[in-house]
Amino acid sequence: MSEPTAVSTGSGVAPMGTPLRWWRRLILRNEAVRGYTLLSPTLFLMTLALGAPVFFLFLVSFFTQDLLEISTDFSLENYMSFLGKENYQKLLWRSLKVSGFVTVLSVVLAYPMAYFIAFRVRKNKFAWLILITVPFWTSYLLRVFAWKIVLGHNGVINSGLTELGFIEEPLTFLLYNPFAVVLTLAHAWAAFAIMPIYVSLEKIDRSLLEAARDLGDGPAMRFWRVTLPLSMAGVVAASLLVFIPTVGDFVTPTMVGGPKGTLIGNLIQIQFGKANNWPLGAALSVISLIAITAVVCAFLWFTKRVRTQEL
Amino acid sequence: MNANAFIAIDDVSKDFGTVRAVDRVAFGIARGEFFSLLGPSGCGKTTLLRMLAGFEFPTEGEIYIDGQAMASEPPENRPVNMVFQSYAIFPHLTVRKNIGYSLRRDRLSRVEFDRKVGRMLELIKLPGYEERKSHELSGGERQRVALARALIRRPKVLLLDEPLGALDKQLREQMQLELRDLQREVGITFVFVTHDQEEALTMSDRIAVMSKGRYLQIDTPTQLYEAPRSREVAAFIGSMNFFDARVEEVADGHARVAAGPLGHLRAATRAKRFSVGETVLAAVRPEKITISSRPPAPSDASGGTNFVKGVLDATAYLGDRSHHYIRLPGVDKPVAVSAQNLNPAEFDVESRKRDVWLNWSSEAVVLLRAT
Repeated sequence: MSEPTAVSTGSGVAPMGTPLRWWRRLILRNEAVRGYTLLSPTLFLMTLALGAPVFFLFLVSFFTQDLLEISTDFSLENYMSFLGKENYQKLLWRSLKVSGFVTVLSVVLAYPMAYFIAFRVRKNKFAWLILITVPFWTSYLLRVFAWKIVLGHNGVINSGLTELGFIEEPLTFLLYNPFAVVLTLAHAWAAFAIMPIYVSLEKIDRSLLEAARDLGDGPAMRFWRVTLPLSMAGVVAASLLVFIPTVGDFVTPTMVGGPKGTLIGNLIQIQFGKANNWPLGAALSVISLIAITAVVCAFLWFTKRVRTQEL
Repeated sequence: MNANAFIAIDDVSKDFGTVRAVDRVAFGIARGEFFSLLGPSGCGKTTLLRMLAGFEFPTEGEIYIDGQAMASEPPENRPVNMVFQSYAIFPHLTVRKNIGYSLRRDRLSRVEFDRKVGRMLELIKLPGYEERKSHELSGGERQRVALARALIRRPKVLLLDEPLGALDKQLREQMQLELRDLQREVGITFVFVTHDQEEALTMSDRIAVMSKGRYLQIDTPTQLYEAPRSREVAAFIGSMNFFDARVEEVADGHARVAAGPLGHLRAATRAKRFSVGETVLAAVRPEKITISSRPPAPSDASGGTNFVKGVLDATAYLGDRSHHYIRLPGVDKPVAVSAQNLNPAEFDVESRKRDVWLNWSSEAVVLLRAT
């Protein structure tokens, strides 16, 4: 690849020498090797801890549970049973809806916070970012449980309102329903959404906003035509970061969801636990994987249009 | 003084905290003029430009554009547009949408929109660039897109904040001429900020030389260069040799001054009044001095020409010309002489320490009041 030079240096014609020298030569001269070397720990872990299990999950989803035995004959029975049972479909649909709401709520809560830190905070930005992580210093379970206390029958809201005489009977619509799940999950995940949005806002060249202003845009138009499109990468990252894990969550629905707030994650957990039907659990997992992929693709398509202002 | 000017800057000051960036500036800019604000960084030129654009508001004073008071209007309401130093091309939009960005409020049909954008692309000589993104453009192309974007709604004033600073030398020189042509073509008033004096001289109708929040002189390029009114302006625009002198005699638009160890010099007074005995600076541009290795013939040493003998101290070869530095007896700073290399062999590195004779005409001397 390199041009032959008139002056030949010693190292160019030297034999390979020790493996260490050979490796050093390779890594210094080949950018691709350098890249893959840097990637290798992650790549190794991902293959081992993610690629392989997903592959087995996929495989198992075509098996069937025969009482205590697992039949390894190829079968679409699990998928057929999902298509046949409206309850399962309802659960998946509800999960996607709940996660959708959680995502929207998280991003809507996180965006102004990220905007504030990126554009208004001048000193100690780092301290503000640390402060955002404070909620994570307690356990996730504890935070979910706290909402139970806030929303419960004799909880903070109900006893407070009763004491003040606004209500006679405790409100029952606060806990054990999808609303409680959305609220709890959004509270738990909003902080995660701040970081990517903050990073993308921080990167925006301030002269672009001045240019938009100079070209006649007021505050709302500036936001819609410049700030939002240029922070879309952060919004997308934040949304995926919240949406994907919450679709499969089963802890929060178990604790605050009640029967009406059960999600697909609960169903899958039961298959791998009490019901002891791994193939069905695997099939349900694969189905929600496909559903998530579909939603994410649609979302990416939409956000790209916002980014390039093709709406 | 300039209530009728197209742009009137009326006693404008701007404080940032305790720092006064612009200090009671007042002048006018005519309609259709290519006007430059020239000065070193921190002189207040960019702050003044940003006050014209509306990104900064004056602490005191008023700005009128075409008769309208503007100092309290936000940028989106001003009939001015700006070309930013970094161009500020929207990276998420195509060239077409960048150039047509300000047309949103006109609610044009797509055909009309495309026609206007197409016309601007013709103007900046980039037809067919509609669907490119900013990362696909070179520095010069970005600069043109920024220009087209700012000009598309025909603002009353176009503001340019050092728009050529990021370009390499050749492209910059080309863009200087193109920008000048473009300004003549569209007939819009341009206010141009730069720290590059050559750039300002090449393009401007008039230049305001600024320093420490005030302007020192506003004049045409030729006047600024040939007849600077102060030592600061003379030293900032081009280079200049200064000699301390005292006026001995004034007659017929010429003065004879005593310049210490150099003896007597003759200088044109250019309609300025000097009194005998006044302390002055005699200033001469390096390219107006002729250097010779031979003493002058007796017949030359009369009339309006000044002759001085010195020793060649150093020579810098620049290709088309050479800079010579000559020590004169009793003068601290060597005199700079710029000579076209018609005969490059005459003075070279080997010529150091040789005796040389300098001469310049009395018209080449600018007399400045020593303050």
